[in-house]
Amino acid sequence: MLLIKCPWCGERDMVEFTHGGDATKVYPKDPNATTSEEWHDFIYLRENPCGEHVEYWHHVAGCRQWLKVRRDTTTHDILTTAPADGDLDT
Amino acid sequence: MTRYSIFSLIKQGLIRHTGWKRAWRNPEPKAAYDVIIIGGGGHGLATAYYLAKLHGIHNVAVLEKGWLGGGNTGRNTTIIRSNYLLDPNAHLYEHSMKLWEGLSQDLNFNVMFSQRGVLNLCHSKAQTDAFARRGNAMRLNGIDAELLSRDEVRKRIPELDFSDQVRFPICGGLLQPRGGTARHDGVAWGFARAADQRGVDIIQNCEVTDFIIEGGRVTGVETTRGKITAGKVAMAVAGHTGVLAQKAGLTLPIESHILQAMVSEPLKPLLDTVVTFGAGHFYISQSDKGGMVFGGDIEGYNSYAQRGNLPTLEHVISAGVSMMPCLSRVRMLRSWGGTVDMTMDGSPIIGKAPIEGLFINGGWNYGGFKATPGSGWVYAHTIANDAPHPLNEAFTLERFARGRLIDERGAGANPALH
Repeated sequence: MLLIKCPWCGERDMVEFTHGGDATKVYPKDPNATTSEEWHDFIYLRENPCGEHVEYWHHVAGCRQWLKVRRDTTTHDILTTAPADGDLDT
Repeated sequence: MTRYSIFSLIKQGLIRHTGWKRAWRNPEPKAAYDVIIIGGGGHGLATAYYLAKLHGIHNVAVLEKGWLGGGNTGRNTTIIRSNYLLDPNAHLYEHSMKLWEGLSQDLNFNVMFSQRGVLNLCHSKAQTDAFARRGNAMRLNGIDAELLSRDEVRKRIPELDFSDQVRFPICGGLLQPRGGTARHDGVAWGFARAADQRGVDIIQNCEVTDFIIEGGRVTGVETTRGKITAGKVAMAVAGHTGVLAQKAGLTLPIESHILQAMVSEPLKPLLDTVVTFGAGHFYISQSDKGGMVFGGDIEGYNSYAQRGNLPTLEHVISAGVSMMPCLSRVRMLRSWGGTVDMTMDGSPIIGKAPIEGLFINGGWNYGGFKATPGSGWVYAHTIANDAPHPLNEAFTLERFARGRLIDERGAGANPALH
């Protein structure tokens, strides 16, 4: 069972959350100036690391805020959490 | 090598089964091979078998980091079907189905392929229409499909919930009579034995740690048992395609997720077919030992842990109980998890990698087992001819960049939803 520390609500059960995917992918700054290769990279390609993964979760059955989580994909340990626009290292 | 038959069985019976020989060799890796296949699961072993049998390439090694069939080959719910809507999927899985139909004889190994039928239940008028459409598409592709009414479903499986007060009433179902199940470990063992007989070296406990790339061409691999060179290197590593491809500098449209499956204590005969719930994700069959084998959705987050969490089990079982209420008192025996490659369109990748001499077979989502012989067959063709077979030419890695996705579910670029 994963206990995810929501920055607003504290540690909550994983069933309250929905996984939001890889948080290292950043939406292109200027969509009109973005090449096909850059779109392909943003939409489809994933580092898919075996180890630490930075990802979004949505506290959908709680405060409904989005958060950023660093989690180990080999142990499921939640390492750090932050608001979605925050910094995981502070 | 002994040919298995009724006579070999009687002969061994008379000497108390003390004379069985090991089914394949345990060779030391050679310094060089024509083809190295990374991954000793069903797909890798099938590829080696068809390379040797159909393409005359016998100098082949299958490198397995653990033991044969210890990954998803031994962790799935053993369902075999080809009930797909989209042409590329229908053609590939139907080719695989035809190979399954002759596989035990071809391999001289009983893979216990049982064509007990796969029945998808539908629970609304709209879903019935969608199933009729898929059934028609299947029949146009030469695949057997029958749309059953509620009464016909009830006659086949009276244990399902046909009461009046249900949230998701059963309206009917789409049946593929040729679908069924097989003994998953037996498939790995059968391919291993048959490939070994044709000269393939199967090397277990040998993990590939890096690729050797010279002048833009893969010329071999570094392993935990030393360097091995090869003319061609082919990946077939199920949930770990992303990790392995990173070693060759490739980033793929794949995320690794966990899929859990479960088995109950053995029961007397209860269910003689495979049945799936249409209002949630749940599929169930009864093994020859009597255990109810079932599974459902993936967990929904990236993982290589090969184990899942309780909420998903609870979700899967609740779907099962609403479909088949008599399951509520069945005791669970075991549950387990496997790492699955989820691609961005829910379909596999089988073809040449962007590096010369390297081939990729992965991204099977959670549908790889049924494809085992077909996947090996087309992959062997691709490796031998340096070009895909018409059956797998749509399943390229480049299809994502070109927008030619094969999105059976229509879920878009979200691997957790396929």
